[in-house]
Amino acid sequence: MSLMLAILTPFCGAPLTFWIARRSRKWGTFTALGVCLLAALWLAPMAPAIFGGAVSIQYLSWIPAADIDLTLRFDGLGLLFAQMILGIGALVIIYAFYYLSEKDSLGRLYALLLLFMGAMLGVVLAENLIILLVFWELTSLTSFMLIAYWRHDSEARRGAQLALVITGAGGMALLAGFVLLGQMAGSFELTTILLRGDAIRAADNYPLMLLLILLGAFTKSAQFPFHFWLPRAMAAPTPVSAYLHSATMVKAGVFLLARLFPVLSGTLLWSWWVGGIGLITLLLAAVIALLKHDLKGLLAYSTISHLGLIVALFGIGTPLAAVAGVFHLINHAIFKAGLFMSVGVIDHECGTRDMRRINGLWHSMPHTAILAMVATAAMAGVPLANGFLSKEMFFAEAVSVGGQMRFGWFLPAIVTLAGIFAVAYSLRFIHDVFFNGEPVNLPKIPHEPPRFMKIPIEILVLLCLLIGIVPQYSVEPILAVAAGAVLQGPLPEHDLAIWHGVSPALFMSLIALVGGLLIYLGRQPLFALHTHLEVRLDGRKIFEALLVKILAGAAHITNFIDRSSLQQQVSLLVGATLCLGVAGMLPGPGVLTKLPALLPVDAISLIMALVLAAAALRATIGHRQRLTALIMTGAVGLIMTLIFVKFSAPDLALTQLAVEVVTLILLLLALYFLPQSSPKESSPARRWRDGLLALLAGSGMSLLAFAVMTRRSTTISDYFIANSIGGGGGHNIVNVILVDFRGFDTLGEISVLAIAALGIFALMQNLKLKGLEQDAQGRPFDPDKYPLIMATFSRLLLPLALLVSVYIFLRGHNLPGGGFIAGLVTAIALILQYLTNGVVWTKKRLPAAQTHPLIAWGLLVAMLTGLGSWLFGRPFLTSAFGHWSLPLVGEFELASAMAFDLGVYLVVVGATLLILINLGLFKSSPAVREKKTWKS
Amino acid sequence: MEILIALIIGLLSGCGVYLLLQARTFSVVLGLTLLSYAINLFLFATGRLVIGQPPVLSAVSSPADPLPQALVLTAIVIGFAMTAFAIMLSLRAQAELGNDHVDGEQP
Repeated sequence: MSLMLAILTPFCGAPLTFWIARRSRKWGTFTALGVCLLAALWLAPMAPAIFGGAVSIQYLSWIPAADIDLTLRFDGLGLLFAQMILGIGALVIIYAFYYLSEKDSLGRLYALLLLFMGAMLGVVLAENLIILLVFWELTSLTSFMLIAYWRHDSEARRGAQLALVITGAGGMALLAGFVLLGQMAGSFELTTILLRGDAIRAADNYPLMLLLILLGAFTKSAQFPFHFWLPRAMAAPTPVSAYLHSATMVKAGVFLLARLFPVLSGTLLWSWWVGGIGLITLLLAAVIALLKHDLKGLLAYSTISHLGLIVALFGIGTPLAAVAGVFHLINHAIFKAGLFMSVGVIDHECGTRDMRRINGLWHSMPHTAILAMVATAAMAGVPLANGFLSKEMFFAEAVSVGGQMRFGWFLPAIVTLAGIFAVAYSLRFIHDVFFNGEPVNLPKIPHEPPRFMKIPIEILVLLCLLIGIVPQYSVEPILAVAAGAVLQGPLPEHDLAIWHGVSPALFMSLIALVGGLLIYLGRQPLFALHTHLEVRLDGRKIFEALLVKILAGAAHITNFIDRSSLQQQVSLLVGATLCLGVAGMLPGPGVLTKLPALLPVDAISLIMALVLAAAALRATIGHRQRLTALIMTGAVGLIMTLIFVKFSAPDLALTQLAVEVVTLILLLLALYFLPQSSPKESSPARRWRDGLLALLAGSGMSLLAFAVMTRRSTTISDYFIANSIGGGGGHNIVNVILVDFRGFDTLGEISVLAIAALGIFALMQNLKLKGLEQDAQGRPFDPDKYPLIMATFSRLLLPLALLVSVYIFLRGHNLPGGGFIAGLVTAIALILQYLTNGVVWTKKRLPAAQTHPLIAWGLLVAMLTGLGSWLFGRPFLTSAFGHWSLPLVGEFELASAMAFDLGVYLVVVGATLLILINLGLFKSSPAVREKKTWKS
Repeated sequence: MEILIALIIGLLSGCGVYLLLQARTFSVVLGLTLLSYAINLFLFATGRLVIGQPPVLSAVSSPADPLPQALVLTAIVIGFAMTAFAIMLSLRAQAELGNDHVDGEQP
């Protein structure tokens, strides 16, 4: 539980901080810090046990059916990352207070930072891979909002969009990879997965799964060729860059590699892909970093390069390399966060980040200069700073692993070359900014920033030195426990001393230092080359060109399919469905295999089928004479009713009959306002095409239906049949299924019905239609709208019809009937009144039949019946029933399901009336006058 | 009998599809109606054809499969709502656009 609370704390703290920071910037900062502290306090009691090697798993059931539970895991790696996330987060919060100007909303920045912090904690503390992915995507989203913090800046918005697209696409790949991995391991829980490494590496899908997961990790950690989003993300405020783009979010990809290291690593594929991409990124980004004139651009590419270094270490795959990877991960987070903050100070003080203009700041801000220099020394790998130690481990691993393979000299060579460039860009940063003459027309006159703004940097720089000078006492415990969690096994011998004696690694460090100096001195030709190449090899430009191409392609496909003709589209749809159906059925067993005994055909059935066929064909062929076609359709519907009667479905027959009546009335009413016949406009070719499609679709359906009917039936209905009386208290199983077993579905269905009715109501608002003056032959209609005899009889019929519907409703639980059918019968009885007496006359006399309240009450009754079972501690819609006896009536049964059925009944009545009555209202011009009088 | 029902299902879906492909809204609505008959009958037939055994427990010994019936019952009602919505949409289109072509304009 405490892990969950730790993750939730920043999420809950974000709105609070936002609210407070809007009133007072200072108190907002304190609140944000308090949130970090509280989150840390939730974790702190467990830390000693974790240092002792324990792993804490906390479990909250969520979707057990899909093996997705809110399981969280707290181990060495999680502890290390939680420390970085909360620690550096707190420093960034202090720093941001001084960095942001009064104009910018500090509250929004804090709220977003805290949201990001919560998401990041979720990633590193997740035990279930799906949970991890959810938080992973949350980091992408929050980072999107953080990069676009300065909303007015189009560069920031585009950078944010780019980051979201790249990391979002990676997230999709990661989801697919996780699903594959989960299938291979049989679980999404890390504990299980970590134990099944051998089986997973041997699985057929391993390469695909690895590729997908690496896509996710590499896009997040800005590895080549997805690196280009990171420099563009530098449009974010510097505190955000310091936090997200150096210490935490970009480390999420590396974190994933570390987390799954025992499962995925150890194959040739892993070494080539991870190691290869890491090395390419390491070298390429180091070279580009030297050539950037923008301070944050330099740091961004240096970050990419260092991430490449860590990835390469994990790619090498030896235990010692993994330890070095974790070590460098810690070191990089510390020195790079410090560097970003220093750059933020410089930017803040100078008003620009262009190194060609910022020079000689040593005189105006010596304190900041010293801090930046120490951090830069760590970045370059100078002895006594922390970066030196991990880099030296890297060099040593490169030599020892390179020694074991063919062309092994290649590995140390690349690594040394990258080291040379790292030294060169570090030198450039220091020399250009703090020395190298006088500043070139800066917008502001630089001086030292506020005292407290430097505190976070000082803390980070101090940590650099502490780790660099006495690693055994400072970093060793956390490194050991984190590396242990990565390896899931015994730690290899590693020595964190500064002096290892004369070794190849020492020579490589020396070569890097000297070579870097030489490269820096001869940098001008490189700059020229870069200006030349930048135009052609800009990742973002390539990406944007690609995006334009994709959009054009999508538009092309859309235009091809959508020719703004519904007929075209429907025929494509039907054609595609046919193709899919054929493709799906082809591999199966033939349709006509092993015929079971069929039911015999009797004469009446045959005649009825022929009538149905004749009616359907008449409706289709003669569809241009609409009234005839409509009546033929009605005839088909009536024979459908008979089919249901024949094959033991009395409920369906009743429903079909009632619906048929309502539909026919509705369509007749509608036809009154539409043209009476369709023009002949289809070309013969189109008619042939339509006919062919129809023929194919019909044959396919026939074959499919026959195939289904002649196969052995297995059904899940036995449960319903067995429990209908005992569990649902009714003999009519269909009704019991509707109101009890699958009551939740029915609730959904009556909601759909209600929504459809309301939608129709909305469609009919302010509708102006012109009805017919005369029939198709040109004869005027009978002026007598409401024939007297019919009106009189229908009034007499009403109570009787209502009685019938009540009877059908009450018996529904045990005999054919129920809410749906009774509702339709009631609706028909009322509609008859409206038809024969006019809407206005009837509405005046039937105040109870207000359609909107009927629908609302129906839904409410159904919902409340369902909720009622909660009062008795049962799940939603559990039904209860009992038997009572009344004098005169005798024994009868009452079930709570009947109340639910009442809800169904009310909704059906309301919806049907709503649909039909309003159409009768705007019949002809006199009706408009009547409507007005009725309204008053 | 199974062959007969299968043929009916095929005929109804064929007619439904043909009408669905026509250019006027009213035909399309009729096509939808026929198609939903076909689909309902198909769903119903998945419970196999049984004569004289309605799923009412007091009346029979081995009742017909009640599940498809329950599904089809709601499908009929929802189908009515759909037909109603489609026809109202075409009325609205007629009122707003002055014609009843499915593309909203006379060719």
